Amino acid sequence: MTNLDQFKQTYFDESAELLGVAEAGLLRLAPGQVDDDEVNAVFRAVHSIKGGAGAFGFTELVAFAHEFEAVMELVRSVRIPITTDLVDTLIRANDVLAQLVAYARDDGKPPDEFSAPVVEALRRFNVEDDDEADSAAERAPADPTPSNDTEGPETGLVDGTAGTSAQAAGRGAGGLVPVVTTPDQQTYTIVFIPKPDLLLSGNDPVFLMRALSRLGTIAVTCETGLVPPFAHLEPEHLFLSWRVRLTTDAAVAEIEDVFEFVSDESSLEITTEVASGDTDSSIDMVSDADASLKADSVEAAAASATVSATGTVATADRRRASGGDGGLAVHTIRVDLDKIDRLVNMVGEMVITQAMVAEHVRDLPPGSFQDLQEGLEQLAQHTRELRESVMSIRAQPVGSVFARMPRLVRELAGDTHKEVDLEMSGEATEVDKTVIENLVDPLTHMIRNSIDHGIESPEDRRRVGKSTRGTVHLSAQHRSGRIVIEVADDGRGIDRERVLAKAVQRGLIPSGSGLSDEEIDNLIFQPGFSTADKVTNISGRGVGMDVVRRNITNLGGRISVFSAPGKGSRFVLSLPLTLAVLDGMVISVGAERFVLPLTNIVESLRPRHNDLHSLVNRCDVMMARGRYVRLVYLHQLFGIPGAVLDPTEALVVLVEAENGERTGLVVDEVLGQQQVVIKSLEANFRRLDGVAAATILGDGRVALILDVAGVQDMNRRSSSGRARLLAAPPVSPIQTVEV
Amino acid sequence: MNSLVSSTPMAPVQTGVQAGVQAGGARGDAARGEPAVPGGPATEEQYVTFTVGDEEYGIKILSVREIRGWTPESRLPNLPDFVRGVVNLRGVIIPIFDLRARFGGGATEVTKRHVVVVIQIGERTRGILVDAISDIVTVSRDQIQPPPDVETGMINAQYLSGLYTGADRMVTILNVERLFAAVTGDVETEEATIGV
Repeated sequence: MTNLDQFKQTYFDESAELLGVAEAGLLRLAPGQVDDDEVNAVFRAVHSIKGGAGAFGFTELVAFAHEFEAVMELVRSVRIPITTDLVDTLIRANDVLAQLVAYARDDGKPPDEFSAPVVEALRRFNVEDDDEADSAAERAPADPTPSNDTEGPETGLVDGTAGTSAQAAGRGAGGLVPVVTTPDQQTYTIVFIPKPDLLLSGNDPVFLMRALSRLGTIAVTCETGLVPPFAHLEPEHLFLSWRVRLTTDAAVAEIEDVFEFVSDESSLEITTEVASGDTDSSIDMVSDADASLKADSVEAAAASATVSATGTVATADRRRASGGDGGLAVHTIRVDLDKIDRLVNMVGEMVITQAMVAEHVRDLPPGSFQDLQEGLEQLAQHTRELRESVMSIRAQPVGSVFARMPRLVRELAGDTHKEVDLEMSGEATEVDKTVIENLVDPLTHMIRNSIDHGIESPEDRRRVGKSTRGTVHLSAQHRSGRIVIEVADDGRGIDRERVLAKAVQRGLIPSGSGLSDEEIDNLIFQPGFSTADKVTNISGRGVGMDVVRRNITNLGGRISVFSAPGKGSRFVLSLPLTLAVLDGMVISVGAERFVLPLTNIVESLRPRHNDLHSLVNRCDVMMARGRYVRLVYLHQLFGIPGAVLDPTEALVVLVEAENGERTGLVVDEVLGQQQVVIKSLEANFRRLDGVAAATILGDGRVALILDVAGVQDMNRRSSSGRARLLAAPPVSPIQTVEV
Repeated sequence: MNSLVSSTPMAPVQTGVQAGVQAGGARGDAARGEPAVPGGPATEEQYVTFTVGDEEYGIKILSVREIRGWTPESRLPNLPDFVRGVVNLRGVIIPIFDLRARFGGGATEVTKRHVVVVIQIGERTRGILVDAISDIVTVSRDQIQPPPDVETGMINAQYLSGLYTGADRMVTILNVERLFAAVTGDVETEEATIGV
């Protein structure tokens, strides 16, 4: 029973993936744009879900998937035209399928007639070609026969191993060099793709090819497609790759041995050729190939050519070959998230312990215990690497969130009667899973906002001389240890007059407060602010952007908006890459120690008297590198007794928030840089202003990790009334209901 | 958190509390701080008792995870004085509340003899700073009297589950859930914001 449950779980996991694949494929489907691969992928996904459902006896799921599949079959065989209506129906069908899977997973029964409307819609497409579909179904089983027929001669050829060069040549096997096979021999296709820096490690593909030629007869094709134009050629880089057909009686392991020393610097794929009967005994040709290869690389080097080494050596994996159709090598495994979290926790503990040992060793008399010190340094490095590897397990490409957006844009564009294109870039940018999970809602909100408020109607766009199709650009990139996600549109930009009027009308700001453009733009993050004149089901309930900001803040992130009237708006999210560890600077104020994220620190300095100035509203500023920065006395802000009060006796750490705002934090001392494990303060307590999280230092004591932007906000609020309005609303502390 | 829960011998405590609440029976009532119904089934329960000043308080043993010695805390900014700060409990950060300060008796001058009672409320772990642990008492429900409506000494009656009077002593049974709901709930939020 438990076994079955396990299989079911796997089935549901897989179904979730397949549904995603199907949706992505369907979304790319459009009249006139039919990619066979996409269609096939969708068909296979639906088919697999149906197959699994059958095995577990989810009859309703099977029945529905069958209807879905039938229409997909028609699409696949190009017997019905792709229309927008059809694509919409298929997308709806995919939704229903997803819901049915969910019902099956939760042991629930879908309501009666749950899928009926969509089934009917599907049948509309199916009925049109009912007869044909039937005949297709009849034809389908017959299909393999002809293909078998065509394969027939080939198989015969191999079986007989009697293929003569004449025959082989006659069959014109696309430039492949035929090789004679004897019954014990096997032909492998080796695809060897070296990384560009292969040559730097002193390896030379020529030697590898020579070694291969000693194993049997080889035919080498060199792929030069990746060699860049001369101007971009990097002399020491290898841009070539090789495809080798090797006929040998050697085992796969022997072939792999040849590549043993380059395995880190290349990708190697060895496959067994079963059906191919390309045979020739021309060893001459092989050596020719070898020679020309040599010539190639020599030439390349001489001509300071980039030798691009895409050397793919294909090893025939016998196990794989014998494994039947489950032939795909397994490169990924499913791991329970809990297990990874446990690992992450343990690494966290290790980082702390390591810091603790380091602290003790630092207290030893200098010069003594040299070995211990060195060992410890190594340990520190290993710990860092271990941490990074573990974190990378949790890292996922942000594309998994982005992938949901085309659908959203499509629907919103339809609902608002606007024409919108979604462009995406940086989908491969990786970020911690927790961050990913929490990104969906804010991104959805932001895109809604862009389409609903930003992009104009086609008529309006034409009137101002823009193309009728608006564009929303969604991008992600890594920037100084954080992930920065942007949602930019080319719409009308923020209408500052309206925003201002609205804010005054709602009592968010007093009228006549002379706000800067930037300050006005930021009003949209105020709770209860909404400029939509009518409440639509898309946005306009005034719970949009302030919720976005709150979500992002809770993740330790920031959001800012840049807008140019008539040209568009750009929302920029900046988030930590991981919620687990950060590089920080430990500082002290009074008896307390705090950690400042290293990414926020510009420099630290001790101001002289004439660097300091006092402004009228009791706000001190300091001249640092030709710029005035506001000083924030941490002891004042946090009410810490016993701190150094005079800035010229203390230290000023110049910090910069993600939005570029610089502040001088007045602290007692800077104690040193350290990697710290982020611990939640909220798990057992709650969020605090100016505090991002907490950590445990080497001596086992807790230190708070400062939230630089939060500290700046606090300072603004405490020093200026007007600023109070613009500062981030005090985020209502996350309160958990006590059980 | 995971590792902690799994490696803590007293982890079952949490389940115990939840089970009690879910059961909704006699134990559930007690867990919610309802006064015992005189004449109800005489279920016996255990309480850990401790002292603050001259007063003796009790907490249901099922919510107590461990008793530990005092370790120096790290202060949290801009919070009322009864939020003593946070400490590291085997890799998990827990807040420590000063019971004396909570009830208006001023901050406790901590010595080596002071202890922290680590309690588990739902998913959350918290520490209460008290003067000393005194006892574990087994009390049947009918021995616990409902708290009087009036303020008892310096404690508001809503934080009490009841009073237990033994041969030569009186133990005030604290309703830890409510006590902490008040400490971390909206009331405190206001105070904290004012502090800013």
